[in-house]
Amino acid sequence: MRRVAVVVFPGSNCDADTLDAARAAGSDAYYVWHRDTDLRQADAVILPGGFSYGDYLRSGAIARFSPVMQAVTAHARAGGAVLGICNGFQILCEAGLLPGALMRNARLKFLSRPVRIRVEAIDTPFTRGYERGEELTVPIAHGDGRFVADSETAALLEAGGQVVWRYTLDNPNGSTNDIAGVCNAGRNVVGIMPHPERRNARVLGGDDGARVFFSLEARNATQHAGDMRAVDGRHLRV
Amino acid sequence: MSAFKVEIRVMPRASLLDPQGQAVQHALHALGFRDVGGVRAGKHLVVELQAANREEAAARARAMCDRLLANPVTEDYHVAVETA
Repeated sequence: MRRVAVVVFPGSNCDADTLDAARAAGSDAYYVWHRDTDLRQADAVILPGGFSYGDYLRSGAIARFSPVMQAVTAHARAGGAVLGICNGFQILCEAGLLPGALMRNARLKFLSRPVRIRVEAIDTPFTRGYERGEELTVPIAHGDGRFVADSETAALLEAGGQVVWRYTLDNPNGSTNDIAGVCNAGRNVVGIMPHPERRNARVLGGDDGARVFFSLEARNATQHAGDMRAVDGRHLRV
Repeated sequence: MSAFKVEIRVMPRASLLDPQGQAVQHALHALGFRDVGGVRAGKHLVVELQAANREEAAARARAMCDRLLANPVTEDYHVAVETA
């Protein structure tokens, strides 16, 4: 059982769903308030979606200076697993823990609907439970979801296999190279614009996002999808 | 120490798509302003601060831009100091 810290910023609104999804995967998940400076021996940290600080100035720009971010940065620098979902992804980019930035959607509209994404990298702590090339349906809910990086950075991301998820059927926000999620060079810090925690059970329309959280519970870094079996709709570790 | 007012302009980098500017441009065209060739939308911030002189005020404002007010990946900024 992994200890998973879900950071709550003023304006986070996917914190409860994220906590539930981590617990449903068997993790010992708990909240950490943004003013806390102690992650309480977390194995993994998740920055959830929402609108931290009202998205003032730029999405994630103010949250990155929250006291907790020093601890998150130290955890990341030590190789600890960090996942940013939606607003959490924006915060990780603003904090410089992930490359690039997230800008206003190309067609300006706030988009809240399911999208199709392809898993491009399975050697991260949050994608170990997937097959490479597998396609998923997960919802997006963002106004500032257009991932941008200069051409040099984008080329490095592609060459280094740091694109973790890519939009397939259509690119909803105009992101560079259809990117939906990336990881850092160390592969321990991961960001994703869609919301896997909103699609982790059949009652929610599907469970394509569940393995993001089950991946954390895989016993070691070399474990692959075959080590997790779905039995009666529940994923078991073997 | 004197009081300074610093006007800071933060603009999306020219090489990046600026959908907000494009939307404003389309609206201007719809209103008959056919002569509009391009619009870019950014932010304007006014910061009041105490500094020894104009140079120090400008240096402080640039440090604020580098750390918080502008995103180095997507935005450029311009600082203009006025005496308050």
